[in-house]
Amino acid sequence: MIADLLIVAAIVALALPVVLGRSAFTSVALFVAYGLLLAFAWVRLDAVDVALTEAAIGAGLSGVLLLGAARRLAGGPPVEDAPPGKAQVALIGVGCAGLAVALGAAILALPDPAPSLAGPVMANIAALEVGNPVTAVLMGFRGLDTLLEAAVLVLAVVALWALAPDAAWGGAPGWRQPRAADGPLALLARVLPPIGVVVAVHILWVGADAPGGKFQAAAILTAMWLLPWMAGIAAPPPISRAWLRILVAAGPVAFILAGFAGSALQGAFLAYPQGYAKAVIIAVEVVLTASIAVALALLVLGPPAEDRDA
Amino acid sequence: MTLLVDVFTVLAVAAGIVFFIAGTAGLIRFPDTSSRLHALTKADHLGLGLVVLGLLPRAESLGGVLRLLAIWGLVLVSSAAAGPMLARLARRGARGG
Repeated sequence: MIADLLIVAAIVALALPVVLGRSAFTSVALFVAYGLLLAFAWVRLDAVDVALTEAAIGAGLSGVLLLGAARRLAGGPPVEDAPPGKAQVALIGVGCAGLAVALGAAILALPDPAPSLAGPVMANIAALEVGNPVTAVLMGFRGLDTLLEAAVLVLAVVALWALAPDAAWGGAPGWRQPRAADGPLALLARVLPPIGVVVAVHILWVGADAPGGKFQAAAILTAMWLLPWMAGIAAPPPISRAWLRILVAAGPVAFILAGFAGSALQGAFLAYPQGYAKAVIIAVEVVLTASIAVALALLVLGPPAEDRDA
Repeated sequence: MTLLVDVFTVLAVAAGIVFFIAGTAGLIRFPDTSSRLHALTKADHLGLGLVVLGLLPRAESLGGVLRLLAIWGLVLVSSAAAGPMLARLARRGARGG
């Protein structure tokens, strides 16, 4: 109980400077720490799957994306904000207070016991042959949500590439990194990827029966790809490569094909054939992991740029 | 036997926490970036090492033992790499501004 209260206090104490911080870099650094603490809170709530995702995607990858954004913004002219007037301050205060009261009232009005679908999930999990209820929900009972999540990543990559200037179209994404011949980064970029790939495959594989899964595994794979790029050892492929584009789209396409196979065989979209549910789920998850990893890496790398020397 | 294992775990984890506290104190109190990094990396290595050592007898299987050791090893490697990188950045920043 005291430990939980301390975690909550630390989360609030970190959230405030993230919002109030004057420099974008400080805010992002604190946001990463905030995400790690949040992951800790999820562990305390016994939601290890969510904790892993929060740490890998919420703190890790979002942190890298935000750091990149802060770095790009730092180069431009500073934004001059006119201070809000007194009436505006009062309105903001009333609005925030009203939102807080509404949230508090909503929490107090929750029925007791809280409505839960955990019972039906556990009653039907045997049909999917997976041991981890989170995976059963993500790939089975609410598979459509996961399909849309994966498709959104493809759209995000398309939108990001659309920002490329005409002259740079088809080129390699991201800034060219100076080559780190020796030193800690070069060592890390050589030593860590083999270990990280094994860990990612392990997390993907145990996801069927224990906490883990495709998004967490994909985030680790992405990091293992970005590390050699940051050290200047490996250059990302040009975005005109067909295999790169196919790889980005393969996951959602495989998921949609599995969905239509369900329509044809079982009479419902995303219904898995009896006896083959786990095999189909794992096959789709493997392809999805590769697609998500590549899409996340491309999002971090950024659009191809004309002036690629940072 | 169980009592001995418990005592060992409590002692090792408590010693680890002492190093974490010392490292945090150093991070807050030391005057310059290099000393602060020194306090952070060294104390965290030892602190985490002692916590892992204390938890080793409680691992359910050999796989658990190996995982705990792997976590310590990975933190050692990443922190040993991040420390010098941060120090180099800080020195460049001090020279530039």
